Amino acid sequence: MCLGVPGKVVKIEDNALGLRMGVVDFGGTKRETCLAYLDDVQEGDWVLVHIGFAISKIDEEKAKDAFDTLKEIGL
Amino acid sequence: MKYVDEYRGSEPVRKYIRAITDILHRDWTIMEVCGGQTHNIIKFGIDTLLPSKITLIHGPGCPVCVTPIEMLDKAVYIASQSEVIFCSFGDMLRVPGSEKNLITSRAEGADVRILYSPLDAIKIARESPDRKVVFFSVGFETTAPAVAMAIIQAKKLGIKNFSALVAHVLVPPALEAILSTPNLVLNGFLAPGHVSTVIGQGGYERITKKYRVPIVITGFEPLDILFGVYKLVKQLEEGRCEVENAYGRSARPEGNVLAQQAVDEVFEAADRKWRGIGVIPKSGLALRESYRDFDAESLFSLNGLTVEEPSECIAGYILQGLKKPNECTAFGTRCTPQRPLGAPMVSSEGACAAYFNYRRV
Amino acid sequence: MAEFNPLCPTPFSTDAKITLAHGSGGIPSAELVSKLFVPALKNKYLELLHDGAVFELGNSRLAFTTDSFVVKPIFFPGGDIGSLSVHGTVNDLAMCGARPLMLSLSFIIEEGFLMADLARIVKSISNACKDADVMVVTGDTKVVEKGSADGIFINTTGVGTVEYEGISPKAVRSGDNIILNGAIGLHGIAVMVAREGLNLETNVESDSAPLWGPVEKVLKSGAEVHCLRDATRGGLSSVLNEIASAANVGIEIWEDSIPVPEPVRGACEILGLDPLYIANEGRFLSFVASGGEDRAVDALRSHPLGRDARKIGRVTNDHKGSVVLRTNIGGRRVVLMASGELLPRIC
Repeated sequence: MCLGVPGKVVKIEDNALGLRMGVVDFGGTKRETCLAYLDDVQEGDWVLVHIGFAISKIDEEKAKDAFDTLKEIGL
Repeated sequence: MKYVDEYRGSEPVRKYIRAITDILHRDWTIMEVCGGQTHNIIKFGIDTLLPSKITLIHGPGCPVCVTPIEMLDKAVYIASQSEVIFCSFGDMLRVPGSEKNLITSRAEGADVRILYSPLDAIKIARESPDRKVVFFSVGFETTAPAVAMAIIQAKKLGIKNFSALVAHVLVPPALEAILSTPNLVLNGFLAPGHVSTVIGQGGYERITKKYRVPIVITGFEPLDILFGVYKLVKQLEEGRCEVENAYGRSARPEGNVLAQQAVDEVFEAADRKWRGIGVIPKSGLALRESYRDFDAESLFSLNGLTVEEPSECIAGYILQGLKKPNECTAFGTRCTPQRPLGAPMVSSEGACAAYFNYRRV
Repeated sequence: MAEFNPLCPTPFSTDAKITLAHGSGGIPSAELVSKLFVPALKNKYLELLHDGAVFELGNSRLAFTTDSFVVKPIFFPGGDIGSLSVHGTVNDLAMCGARPLMLSLSFIIEEGFLMADLARIVKSISNACKDADVMVVTGDTKVVEKGSADGIFINTTGVGTVEYEGISPKAVRSGDNIILNGAIGLHGIAVMVAREGLNLETNVESDSAPLWGPVEKVLKSGAEVHCLRDATRGGLSSVLNEIASAANVGIEIWEDSIPVPEPVRGACEILGLDPLYIANEGRFLSFVASGGEDRAVDALRSHPLGRDARKIGRVTNDHKGSVVLRTNIGGRRVVLMASGELLPRIC
């Protein structure tokens, strides 16, 4: 369940509903995304988006975990 | 695409198959909980690449599949009211109710609109003050925060023509229900990565302690799934029993606290019926008293309706991992994605649809 | 409205009424043709189920085809219903190996439709005809009451002279190479994004274009061309399945060979869609006998509408009637036709 797609925050502003919103770029297709659930997000950050809401900021270090583990086991 | 393509490369995938094979000595049965994981496992053929000592069974992590038949009937009824604009995720449109689905309703003139986000339903409500906008709110804990925010906004803005038909379900109670199923052989879980991004690890730690079953939070891309399987198999081979996180780039131990708070403000845990399984206590969400004005079931007087399932559909067994889709007598013949008997054949991530669409050569 | 009866669990039939799925180019559309139209209208031309009918008139062989256009919104990035109505029909003729010559043009317009929009559409048709080197030689206009048509519907019927014989699904055989002229998914995403409701923003433009130019290049390249087919509604998956079925062959395609533009990928990821099922309006497949594929690819690349041409698969005697995809991670799976309307998903 839960299609979550990673994208890059390219604009941040509060919208007419008083919500923290941003524009997130997914490989050239952009969508208005609610950033209200991330308390510290800047333009240029990568976030994971589900149904128009950013639910996490991508941790660039941990993104390498699967690859680091392969190195650790010598593969 | 960044943070997508690197997890779909053939070389790291092959390396993890090798790594898993190297540490594997006994037979293990693992359940991937999330329908999105099932979908990708079958789509990329991961189950055919894994060594045969590992059996993957598919869990009930498809909120579309587990939405009870009466919910679809309520949706169809509400959509057919002329003053209603019925908004839904695309997934729900083909799921069969007792007589019809939302596509048939639309063909009969109902104003059914596919939306990507619940905030779009709020926009529609503001633009059409003379119509009643109802949002079909289906999903696990990943989806609930978005709906919660839409409802909070609706209340703040004094919007009176918006309501939600709530059918949210929760993962940890479902895991407990599965672990209580008699005759089920199950050694560990791959927990859903995006649900975990919202709820964190705490809910799983309780389960691991109580049932002595390891749980690894896992993502969705081929490499994520294999990394999750590797960590789980390593635990099982080493006799450990912990909650581990193989999706650290998104899921944190505490989850998303702001999202949890919003859900907690709007919803409370409630008993919920799961299609094909039955009622699981405190396994769903219902609107709190303070937000009951936004409850579509109450507004349209539909509380207390129940319906029996068609008997040929064995969705219940499939959703509990007791049978595989191709063991169903109707699979691929009387039940296909175009003429489904049950939800797992309709939902693009239902196990039956995945088996049908991504058939082996 | 039917009475709401929640206690009746009888399975329903999806075929009692026409639904949008019947027009989506997938399985329900194919069934409508094979179970309703062909049996009622049986003849040797119709049964070939090719994009156009080819027949003799005096000393000429002519190709004859028709198509209707109902796209919403009527104006979208990269085109409009007018240009589409020209391209769609000339391309069906091109897929028969025929040079498109003349079109008929028929409008069904809803009362209240803006004259300025109609003028814009007609101008677009005029430009597209010049581009495609065809003429509109006859036409018709009907206006219906408000509510009886969604803005405007267009039908075009086309005639062309067959310049290359033997182009048909039945000519496809094992060993043939499958060549695609460019990246997929552009039209479907451009139109989906232009519709209200999904609130996506992208610079993706429809690939709608007249294809006789690149088709002629392939046909003149010296390669032995067995079949041509454009990949419209239902996407690449539909076309490949239709050919596999009509020719009774197996088809194998390679995921890493199929070009998909980044923004199309992004939109597909967000909406949970597979690019193989997204509509195109300027993409076609050439089924070329083994040995001729390089010439065909080079010839295509010499044309602006074939710059990104490449081999994406081959025809085999294995798994006849099925299309198999070799995935990026080395797995294999069957690619089915769409089972209905393409719906975005969140799960």
